[in-house]
Amino acid sequence: MAKKTIKINFDTGWDLAPAPESTGHIQLNEKYDLFIGGKWVKPSSGKYFATINPADEKKLAMIAEANEKDVDKAVKAARKAYDTVWSKMPAKERGKYIYRIARLIQEKAREFAVIETLDGGKPIRESRDIDIPLAAAHFFYYAGWADKLDYAFPNRKPKSLGVAGQITPWNFPLLMAAWKIAPALATGNTVVLKPAETTSLTALKLAEVIQEAGLPDGVVNIITGAGETGAAIVNHNDIDKIAFTGSTGVGKIIQNAIAGTHKKATLELGGKAANIIFEDAALDQAVEGIINGIYFNQGHVCCAGSRLFIQESVYDIVMRKLKDRMESLVVGNPLDKNTDIGAINSKEQLQVINKYLKIGQQEGAEMYQSNCTLPKKGYWCKPTLFTNVSQSNRIVQEEIFGPVLAVQTFRTVAEVIEKANNTPFGLSAGVWTDKGSKLFNMTSQLNAGIIWGNTFNKFDPTSPFGGYKESGFGREGGLHGLKDYLRF
Amino acid sequence: MSKKVTKFNFNSSPTIDQVGINDRIARITARSIKKETKMQGLKMALNMVDLTTLEGADTDKKVIQLCNKALHLHDSFPNLPTVAAVCVYPNFVKVAKKALEGTKINVASVATAFPSGQSSLKIKLLDTKIAVNAGAEEIDMVISRGKFHEGNYSFVYDEIAAIKEACGNSRLKVILETGELGTFDAVRKASDIAIAAGADFIKTSTGKISPAATLPVTLVMLEAIKDYYYKTGIQVGMKPAGGISNSKLALQYLMLVKETLGKDWLTNKWFRFGASSLANDLLMQIVKQDTGIYQSKDYFSKD
Repeated sequence: MAKKTIKINFDTGWDLAPAPESTGHIQLNEKYDLFIGGKWVKPSSGKYFATINPADEKKLAMIAEANEKDVDKAVKAARKAYDTVWSKMPAKERGKYIYRIARLIQEKAREFAVIETLDGGKPIRESRDIDIPLAAAHFFYYAGWADKLDYAFPNRKPKSLGVAGQITPWNFPLLMAAWKIAPALATGNTVVLKPAETTSLTALKLAEVIQEAGLPDGVVNIITGAGETGAAIVNHNDIDKIAFTGSTGVGKIIQNAIAGTHKKATLELGGKAANIIFEDAALDQAVEGIINGIYFNQGHVCCAGSRLFIQESVYDIVMRKLKDRMESLVVGNPLDKNTDIGAINSKEQLQVINKYLKIGQQEGAEMYQSNCTLPKKGYWCKPTLFTNVSQSNRIVQEEIFGPVLAVQTFRTVAEVIEKANNTPFGLSAGVWTDKGSKLFNMTSQLNAGIIWGNTFNKFDPTSPFGGYKESGFGREGGLHGLKDYLRF
Repeated sequence: MSKKVTKFNFNSSPTIDQVGINDRIARITARSIKKETKMQGLKMALNMVDLTTLEGADTDKKVIQLCNKALHLHDSFPNLPTVAAVCVYPNFVKVAKKALEGTKINVASVATAFPSGQSSLKIKLLDTKIAVNAGAEEIDMVISRGKFHEGNYSFVYDEIAAIKEACGNSRLKVILETGELGTFDAVRKASDIAIAAGADFIKTSTGKISPAATLPVTLVMLEAIKDYYYKTGIQVGMKPAGGISNSKLALQYLMLVKETLGKDWLTNKWFRFGASSLANDLLMQIVKQDTGIYQSKDYFSKD
């Protein structure tokens, strides 16, 4: 008798009807200028570029392209605001403005969430439940610190730096803007912020909020554009501090550019996190953690758990559970409330991911993708995992920044620590075990800035975030996040 | 009496992490179940309900009234599914059988000194036999939670196995009374024991203890069922009971089943709701989906 293969049938015939979030309530302009000195200013180049919805490739708005002249204008506005208003204002008053921004984000949370999803392709479930509430939480948290800096750093006489140039990535547009702006304002600095060119809209909506909050002109300036605009900020002489989140490649260029200048910097760069599953872990929940680790935000997460290490004794069972779980992931319209995995952020990024899928297969790895159908228009990638890989594979070594997981096995604690640390990156890691002592042993030996125990991709404004090695330096969030905007 | 030798390894149950379970449930409750999906789900849920009356005050007439409710859920709405079963105490099985004769609705009976289970095996077997002989197609037994807490797992196992034997052709649902077990680890262990000892269904609660069924506890039990299915190819059913009184929650349970065990469990052969007030809420929602208007509760019979 042939052995019956046992399989769970996920084709239930009870399918989820579309449940799209409405877009009727959002207000988007056709064209956005630069927000400099509290006013909307036309770019001196006169140039605008389109920002599109990666889920259907339709244009959402035109965005101004700032050149060196505009950057100079923004920095001057920030300097003036710093010298005349912001550095002289009692800290308690500064705090009030930041609270006001936090409350306004909460009030407009729904609009922010929809725009974030339209512009970036992330599922509305995430922008609604994670991005926007966390962004508001960051402003609330740092608002509280504004008048307590002397208690945060007793006897060290903390002083603000001046003008901060901030450059944010496209994976968490509003949240990263909040991570940058909130601590800078709380510590008494003024800001020139440039969001990523594919996802500028929520930062521009934040500029509207800042206007509405009545922040003194020039304290926060938001200018848009691509790499050249960013370079102009980095190279401007009157900037005191660069805060950058993005790729390791650009991070290196920035560090080169500011070498020998007075500019301070925090760089939050790439990652290739090890997510380590021990045989004594709660395996079903570990599987949930693997899913959250790599498929959260389409894998466009610098701290994504992209290298999975499973102890050999439980490899088969974890893989079975993981593949089953992947079947229930809904891929499609990001605005649908049931969508788990949305659109890839841009055509360019999809090309990068596809390149790595090819490399992985060419290197002899086995590719597995869930059975889902992808929409015809827009940029999409099925949730993917590679088995039969090792530390020598490029898909294990390089950051893919997509929903692509590389699965390896290990036998002992020593082996997995060596492999986990065997990477130029050092941003995050995850450890899954039922044994507390093993967990703490691991956390003290892994070279990563953030280590999650029996969970993954959990964020809180009170907790510092940042990397080791080529994942960058400096911390954002928590008390540590204040320090990088102060001198003593 | 021959000595039973259990081959089950009581230390084989995996550990459960509460934070992870809650994360998974948060994903389930965030699912938006609308339109056709909702209608289909509501009807499916209605078809899985075990209408239940387990009161000290139960009488023949009360049981007959409940059976009538099962037979005539809401006759003004055509093509409604029936409920799965009517669940009563053993001494009312005969009455219920008679009232439901010739229908597809099963009679289920609680047994084994329900709800506490504090009695001898002899009494429990007799209790089971009375219900089976009276014609109960399904037996809902309770495990000995006291023995479980004492660590006497083989006692719990042997007792379930003995009751299973006494059930003959009737299907056995094993109530873990998760509200008295304390941790998810204990729930998982009790699930594994019950399944290995021969349970056809595992069930969360008696309905007499709070908390009764919850989504997280149900997920823990569904995973136990799934692991056993992969190991043996044998299907075991699941019945959350108590505390499920509205349609929204019932649909979330079904979504949990859909995403954990798939199609084969989305039928009343393998999934049940132990609830009495749920049926009317499902009916009200079904009518609302059809007409677009919520009707007064007084349009739905209460038996």
